[in-house]
Amino acid sequence: MSEAISTATAGVTNRPTGPQFQDFLPGVARVIPEGVLGGLNRIFEAWTKLGIFRYLIAGALLAATALPLGPPKDEVLVRTGFYMLLALGLNVVVGLAGLLDLGYVAFFMIGAYTTATFTNSDMGAHPVILNPWFVIPVAVVIALIAGILLGTPTLRLRGDYLAIVTLGFHEIVRQTARNLEVVNGSRGVFSIPHPDVTIAGQELTFGVLEPQKYWFILCVFMMAALFMINRLKDSRIGRSWEAIREDEVAAPAMGIPVVKMKLYAFAIGASTSGLAGWVLATKVGFISPNNFPLLSSILVLCAVVIGGIGSSLGALVGAVIVFGLPELLRDIGTEKILGFDIQTGRIAIFGLLLVIMMIFRPGASSPRPAGAELGGGSGDIAGDSVAPGIPGQA
Amino acid sequence: MSAVLEIQGTGIRFGGLVALDDVNVNVPEWEIVGLIGPNGAGKTTLFNCIMGAYTANTGKIIYRGRDISLLPTHRRTALGIGRTFQNIGLIRGLTVVENFMVAQHSRIGYGAWSALLGVPRSFAEERRLKANAMEVLDFIGMAHLADSQLEGLPYGTLKLIEVGTVLATDPDVLLLDEPSSGMGPDEAHEFGERLLKLRKTLNLTVLMIEHHVPLVVNVCDYVYVLNFGKILTEGKPQAVRNHPEVVAAYLGGEVTTDEEEQTPQISPEEETAGVTA
Repeated sequence: MSEAISTATAGVTNRPTGPQFQDFLPGVARVIPEGVLGGLNRIFEAWTKLGIFRYLIAGALLAATALPLGPPKDEVLVRTGFYMLLALGLNVVVGLAGLLDLGYVAFFMIGAYTTATFTNSDMGAHPVILNPWFVIPVAVVIALIAGILLGTPTLRLRGDYLAIVTLGFHEIVRQTARNLEVVNGSRGVFSIPHPDVTIAGQELTFGVLEPQKYWFILCVFMMAALFMINRLKDSRIGRSWEAIREDEVAAPAMGIPVVKMKLYAFAIGASTSGLAGWVLATKVGFISPNNFPLLSSILVLCAVVIGGIGSSLGALVGAVIVFGLPELLRDIGTEKILGFDIQTGRIAIFGLLLVIMMIFRPGASSPRPAGAELGGGSGDIAGDSVAPGIPGQA
Repeated sequence: MSAVLEIQGTGIRFGGLVALDDVNVNVPEWEIVGLIGPNGAGKTTLFNCIMGAYTANTGKIIYRGRDISLLPTHRRTALGIGRTFQNIGLIRGLTVVENFMVAQHSRIGYGAWSALLGVPRSFAEERRLKANAMEVLDFIGMAHLADSQLEGLPYGTLKLIEVGTVLATDPDVLLLDEPSSGMGPDEAHEFGERLLKLRKTLNLTVLMIEHHVPLVVNVCDYVYVLNFGKILTEGKPQAVRNHPEVVAAYLGGEVTTDEEEQTPQISPEEETAGVTA
């Protein structure tokens, strides 16, 4: 699956010569007007070349991992799934654009609260109550707007300064939710409806005890996010991110609008996070400010770093390690090793594993020192070019 | 001939240190103008002001009659001012050809949405980007290195590649920051020849910081000498190099007669340290 994803976007610069739409659905093609058909053919051709089908297969395989799992493991899987989606988005911000964001879960929270507000008729602050499915774009767009609002004034900052601002942003969002009566303050929002749908008279329910269905939704979202992220990575936008990350002084001299490109990264990250927030809110049905501690932001960042900064697949694996591993350690048993109770010490073991991994996993633990690029980079502005955030890897 | 780039009374200070004070430089169309001066004179700082990496406290930067003092750097690049860096402003981690593609950012493009959804237009533009990149690479004779990583390439080659990436931004004024640093005398001479050819084929105007005196004398039409943030003198290269004050500035007081080959090599660290301290 890993290869399917990593090679899916190869060959972008070649002229696509894949199968055409009219070969695929000749019946439909006959009734479509000439001009539209031409467009469809080109899109189909390009999309075949893009390996859309590989994403479908990868997504199906990923979704299938839930099938052999019964409770409570499937529940753990979905919980890990939220963080997999979050890590994918954060990897764009931290890994690709090199912006150290310590408040990423704030957007997750904004997505979840938006969902709660627009689906729950108890909220009463506004008359618009939507079906959960229609709230997806709302949650995504509002998280995205929040990302742009935070980013516009702050993305001029570099490295550590940005980290502190985002850290503060997380806390601002959390405290706002805690004190805002409209969203029930610290009591949180109850009874958020599940995204049940009726298709052709057949009702498809998403119960709170059916985590597998949410896992399937998450798989669809993850593949969509992965597709778009891979597309961006191979485009001029991705190259700009790389340029900004490597050398923030040289990048604008090459004509790259640095703040705008950083905003793109922030917006992509925030909207992915908002999407994950939608799944959380509809799955759990209850959210409160306590669901979004600062630690979550840090752990998602851990996932990205452990997986290998800059790699989407790494972010997914990292999330499984950071959020799945502690749960797996729960299963080891209650016996004592060397007088040490594994069950109570599992978080300590987890911490130790993180440290060991950071030391021994070269891909993730060898960030490039900022000044080491090609004889010191173009650090003509001596004082300013020293704060790189997290240096990425190629 | 009209001036392409005019620096009018530019001054900048960092805390108590006056890095540049009322600097006036005129770069006429199709000329190669040299900017020389000892360590910490403010040469690179002046480049940073021209490109907008620093905002000058006083004065104006006029490009083709337009005041660009407040534009962000990438807009200045888009207008046609290309700049190289003392320590090579290439993007490590990208291949040579990808660097050339990045450099065309303001010249050609497609939006985020096209990229996001993979619409055919983005492929067509990518192909054009790459074709343009290859054209420039071919032009500077580096096409065989297109897919190489930057790591491991010799310093002189990297310097040339950097000039190439700046050409890919389609500039009409080139700001070269010590293009011959790290080159031997032969290489530097060869670079000078290339530069003259480049100007001829591409109709370039050049402002360059350079320490290699023979190169300055061979290539430059006019030279400004900067010392302690002020223009010390200006003139034709031959005249300037025999100017007693220039000699004094470089050698510290005593005026000697055989100074020209003793021009000190100035290391980038000292340069920046002096300017930003």
